[in-house]
Amino acid sequence: MKIRLDILRKKFNEDKQYTQSFEYEYSDAGATVAAALCDINKREPLLDINKAPSEPIRWECSCLQKKCGACAMLINGYPGLACDAKLSEYGDTISLAPLKKFPQIADLIVDRQSIFDSLKQIELWFNENAQPNEKRAQLIHEASRCLQCGCCLEVCPNFYADGDFKGMAAAVPLSRLVSEASETEKKRIFAEYEKHFYAGCGKSLSCRDICPAGIDTEYLMVNSNAAAVWKRKRR
Amino acid sequence: MINIVGAGLAGLSAAITAAQNGQECRLISKQPSERAQSVLAEGGINAALDTMGENDSPREHFQDTMRGGVYLADPNAVERLTKNAPEILLWLSRLGTGFNMQGDKLLLRKFGGQKKKRTAFAKSSTGKIIMTALIDEARKYEARGLIHRYPHHELCDLCIKNGRCSGLVISDIYSGKILPLGGAVILACGGLNGFFEGRTTGTTQNDGTAAVIALARGVEFADLEFIQYHPTTIGISGKRCLISEAARGEGGRLFARINGERVYFMEEKYPELGNLMPRDIVSRESYMIKNRADCDGVFLDMTSISEDVWSGKLSDLRKECIYYLSLDPAKEYIPVEPAIHYFMGGINTDIDHKTNIEGLYAAGECAAQYHGANRLGGNSMLGALYGGKTAALNIPHINEDIPELPDDKLNLTLSPDIEEETEKALYDGLGIVRNEKNILGSLERLEKLGDNTNARLAFAKAILKCALERRESRGAHFREDNPETKEIFKKTTIVKAERKNGEYITDISFRDIAEKTNENKA
Repeated sequence: MKIRLDILRKKFNEDKQYTQSFEYEYSDAGATVAAALCDINKREPLLDINKAPSEPIRWECSCLQKKCGACAMLINGYPGLACDAKLSEYGDTISLAPLKKFPQIADLIVDRQSIFDSLKQIELWFNENAQPNEKRAQLIHEASRCLQCGCCLEVCPNFYADGDFKGMAAAVPLSRLVSEASETEKKRIFAEYEKHFYAGCGKSLSCRDICPAGIDTEYLMVNSNAAAVWKRKRR
Repeated sequence: MINIVGAGLAGLSAAITAAQNGQECRLISKQPSERAQSVLAEGGINAALDTMGENDSPREHFQDTMRGGVYLADPNAVERLTKNAPEILLWLSRLGTGFNMQGDKLLLRKFGGQKKKRTAFAKSSTGKIIMTALIDEARKYEARGLIHRYPHHELCDLCIKNGRCSGLVISDIYSGKILPLGGAVILACGGLNGFFEGRTTGTTQNDGTAAVIALARGVEFADLEFIQYHPTTIGISGKRCLISEAARGEGGRLFARINGERVYFMEEKYPELGNLMPRDIVSRESYMIKNRADCDGVFLDMTSISEDVWSGKLSDLRKECIYYLSLDPAKEYIPVEPAIHYFMGGINTDIDHKTNIEGLYAAGECAAQYHGANRLGGNSMLGALYGGKTAALNIPHINEDIPELPDDKLNLTLSPDIEEETEKALYDGLGIVRNEKNILGSLERLEKLGDNTNARLAFAKAILKCALERRESRGAHFREDNPETKEIFKKTTIVKAERKNGEYITDISFRDIAEKTNENKA
């Protein structure tokens, strides 16, 4: 199969964005956007579709199997992981662009530092020993799976960087704390949850459908709302 | 100030330990911790917690680890590791790590090379679940100003002079800006996957560059010939994908299809541990039987695993098989092959994780510690956590703002085509079954690629030389021309490089394994 990749590029420290297209041929039925980017960058010389010499495409990747969140980008306009995007499921042209809610560093690399800053701001940690419990194991497992890739924030109608509402990328790990916090620490954590998530969430649940890890965000939210906001018994 | 390179399990453990003791550190990584290879660890982490009523003990964990590593590991280090393992697990528990539990106790599962249930787990995503708890814990110390993160930064050089490390040079991946930093250094930068790109279960970020720098700057390496092939992997786009040992721990069985019949070869040959023999043995048996003319493939049979186990302990593994293979492992057999999974060899360290260089420590997969000639499943995360902690507790305080910079620049990269040929040659010479002819053939191919002024090429050759010099078979290193394990080789392979007239000259020697001291006798 021969396809065309249209990539929205930008050089480091320059403002100007430009689209550059590359041809890519593959035979492996499971080939992904990530594999295409790896292969194109190994070409010597690296030529674009017009046979013009090109700089390597800058993008981030690590695990290549949907477990690290590094390669999140817009694929045909939708946020997803490049290693989760099978070429055969797209047409003969695929557009790639950086996530829009974070500053573009170069090409497909964005600086997602604001996600990590938010987690620090809401003090997402335990000061006291956690209280693990077999009954909560399923929930805690689910709440520990977030990749911090940013896809859910990209589609969330309520989230913008630096706002008070920190989005599902904070609510997922927070739900672990909500569930495991000691009696003395839970007040602080419940308050963080209410202020930085519950108060701003419009319940569109777009996060649930876009999460590349398939995290059941609704299940976590329902539990956290019940415990932190409605003060029902924690599960 | 301590400089920690790598923010996976070993790096996080070192950083948290330093911070707990009020010691400031820099945590330097190419990408955030969420992207570290540690999140890919699956099956579990070993500790003789004895929660399953089997009368387990750290002593048995010690014995299994030593036997699994075919007696090449430092017994004093393994003694400490296994004794401290239960406390490490209890610490993770206090951090709220989402392990599978029974009441308020951690559930343990069976794992390879161990007769008792000793492996704590979180379904088959144990690495990810532990990392989440550790990242949250580290964040607390970041907010307190004790851990300073340097995300999107990579190691460019180590400042080593006269056997002493005064700091390192890093560069900002975003901007390319170079930054020299003073202080002692802990390398926690993972395995050598980059020498076998696309052929391992690891990440693209563990490209081996940090190891190349270290060898070029005079850091001693050990046991590079010991490369673990995991018996059960599948090919996916761009890499090998692990099917966790947990599959067999929970009842999965390996069989070969021979003349249309299923032959459960591990159970037939090894009645006691069967499918859960140590990985070196399972991979070798699997490879051998697959190479028979009448064999059309090796498969993992998980069809007898109960629905409860699937949903409670292996749901993630099942989803992965369905996603990548369109096969439901509860109903169908999964075709599997061995692939490179872990590097037992690496930077040579003492029991405190100190290297041969003053002020330079190493922990996690980049260090050759605890696993000898073959690592047991469940011991890698334990080794990384305990190693990082030990390094941070023992590293001296060096308060230098400005390191003494190296006089010369290293040549660390190869052009894409030479890199590709290097990797192919390594793979051809360092398979599951090796012989002198193949290893020498690969070495000759590398000699043709360029002179010894390139540090990466010199490192690649050093791996092959280790495999050449060890003229015996032990653990993951199987030489068909020397199939027996020899007492004279019950030694650590030591690799050192020197630079003369711009060329690296690597020297391979063998060093005695430490005797077990009284202090460490159980």
